[in-house]
Amino acid sequence: MSHEFNDDVGKKMGMWIFIFTELFLFGGLFLVYAVFRANYTEGFHSAAADLDAFVGTLNTVILLASSATVAMSITAVQKGNNKLALRFIIVTVILALAFMVNKYFEWGHKFDLKLYPGSEIMEQLGKGEILFFGLYYMMTGLHALHVIIGVVLLMISYFKVKNGTVNSQKFIFLENSGLYWHLVDFIWIFLFPLMYLVT
Amino acid sequence: MESTQATNHVSYLQHKPHKIGILNWILSTDHKRIGLLYLYSIMVFFIVAAFLGLLMRIEKFAPGETIMDAQTYNGVFTVHGIIMIFIIVIPGLAAVFGNFFLPILIGAKDVAFPKLNLFSWYIYIAGAILALISQFASGGAPDTGWTFYVPYSADSSTNVIWALTAAFILGFSSILTGLNFIVTIHRLRAPGMSWFRMPLFPWSIYATSWIQVLATPIVGITLLMVIAERTLNIGFFDPALGGDPILFQHLFWIYSHPAVYIMILPAMGVVTEIFPTFSQKPIFGYSAIALSSVAIAAVGYFVWGHHMFTTGISYWSRWFFSFLTFIVAVPSAIKVFNWISTMYGGSIDLKPPLLWAIGFIFLFMIGGLTGLVLGALATNVHVHDTTFVVAHFHYIIFGGMGFAFFAGLHYWFPKMFGKMYNIKLANISFIITFIGFNVLYFPLFIIGLQGMPRRYFDYFPEYQYGHVISTIGAFILIIGIFIMLFNFFRGARKGEIAPANPWKGVTLDWQIESPPTLLNFDEIPVITEKPYTFKKEEEA
Ligand SMILES: [Cu+2]
Repeated sequence: MSHEFNDDVGKKMGMWIFIFTELFLFGGLFLVYAVFRANYTEGFHSAAADLDAFVGTLNTVILLASSATVAMSITAVQKGNNKLALRFIIVTVILALAFMVNKYFEWGHKFDLKLYPGSEIMEQLGKGEILFFGLYYMMTGLHALHVIIGVVLLMISYFKVKNGTVNSQKFIFLENSGLYWHLVDFIWIFLFPLMYLVT
Repeated sequence: MESTQATNHVSYLQHKPHKIGILNWILSTDHKRIGLLYLYSIMVFFIVAAFLGLLMRIEKFAPGETIMDAQTYNGVFTVHGIIMIFIIVIPGLAAVFGNFFLPILIGAKDVAFPKLNLFSWYIYIAGAILALISQFASGGAPDTGWTFYVPYSADSSTNVIWALTAAFILGFSSILTGLNFIVTIHRLRAPGMSWFRMPLFPWSIYATSWIQVLATPIVGITLLMVIAERTLNIGFFDPALGGDPILFQHLFWIYSHPAVYIMILPAMGVVTEIFPTFSQKPIFGYSAIALSSVAIAAVGYFVWGHHMFTTGISYWSRWFFSFLTFIVAVPSAIKVFNWISTMYGGSIDLKPPLLWAIGFIFLFMIGGLTGLVLGALATNVHVHDTTFVVAHFHYIIFGGMGFAFFAGLHYWFPKMFGKMYNIKLANISFIITFIGFNVLYFPLFIIGLQGMPRRYFDYFPEYQYGHVISTIGAFILIIGIFIMLFNFFRGARKGEIAPANPWKGVTLDWQIESPPTLLNFDEIPVITEKPYTFKKEEEA
């Protein structure tokens, strides 16, 4: 009596459409960034100098590597090597956590310097700087939220691979989680230069 | 095999796997039941919001304070707007008829993701409840208007955050529904149903869904930015912190103009189903109608600036937005010509669905043409923020989308419930509603041209004649709507049993039983010809 559809092509299509909406969600913020960067070029440059480009680069490398490992886990499942796939998923999750730890220290450092919206030091900065940091917190914050969602999806995939619901015949869940993870990576690829490298 | 045949012929309404009645609804992933869940939720909220509208009209019966003070009035028009826009007309036709009839019209057993579909309804209800909380929580009902313009929405001490969150969540539900429908149309069309053999209601749902998916996230992030402004001191829209309030208006209308098409495209789709059936003639200009839906969806993205002609945006951008606004009117007009040409020379059967559909064309035309008054730069400045805008808006949204919704209900009611309403009473309710509608909204055009501002609870005595007529119209309209609802309820309870095809329609929805079985089709049909192919009596 079940009328569930087992349409992997449809599921993948659904994931792609969802990724479009995510891109438009961030697109709104990128638009705001573009407007204010045009209006306050100087302020953006000087504020970006306060960000630690080394931490940013490190996080970029971490995310790129994690995109590779998640892709490898999919290939491993397709080839029937579930054990290897599980290992790759774990590595991906560890890399994601490393990213978040970096982010935590980065934000923490800013808070120590009292560089957060509404602080006294912040209010003495120029308008361009204030807006830059507003965008910095909002965009990286929203991105971090997506990292967390991605990690949750990967962990579910892990258990699905483990109990065999994801296997070499049926791996769409892992594939879609991987797609989502690439999206997280993709957005960061744009955030990184716009935030850290515009000095 | 035989035993499954037998269970298959139970209608979806009789299919009750759970003992407790309500579980058969709130745990059902059947697209038809989910469609009805939306229908009932929308009906309840519609009555609430219509009542608020009536209160506003009573307040304006005489100048000065009549039944409420200015702050209450601000809350009432905001709540009226939020409920009507975000809870009723945006999900509206797509959620009710899209859910119920999209799979049937393309020959599918359900949507692509039935569980996600039910989940969308839960999110919708969560958003609706949040919207209700915003009205009654301690801070007072939000008073920003449904447009949430900054800086006021960042400063107002009322429950704006609740309302913003509600709109955000409702948007998420809308995105998931759109996603579901796109995949459904791509993947689940019956064998032989190529894109250009697809009926036109699915076409309109297809265009709508893309707008839902691609425009809603923009308003989502915008609402988040306002929430951040209220809670985290992030001032993207606050000039004191370098932000720009006009930027909010841009972002808001980038979504909210296309949102008008989220509302109206499915409405157009519904009447496009009705005209051929009641003219017993193939639709005129099939591909023109199909592609004009897509054209509206595409061009509709680039006209948002026509809401901002008086904000000081540059001359050339105003010129550009005004020009495109005129362009986007063209595909709508193409549809109107095609509907009328469909009726031309057909054997017209003036049943209630057709009456409502013709009422739709009439009111939509008035709304569309007055929209051009607003889209033209010079006249816009004169009528900006007057009741002229309110009248135009209600002619499009209520006269357009609302009347098409009622047309669709009268059209598909026998299929959905397997019962028939009283035709005579339906005609009477249409006439009363139609008269009430025009008496209510037409005077607002006139006093708007004379300078009556919108969103004011008070006015100068010279506008009183218009307001009095309008308030009388509101009462007539409400009476008409209640007669219609009464007719439906009575029809559903003890109406005559409806045959499978009461209107002699030829689309797939009329080839199956009334009400449909759980899986709609015993066997997935194979499509061999274009839709709307009416056979002559002799041939059949
Ligand atoms: Cu508009």
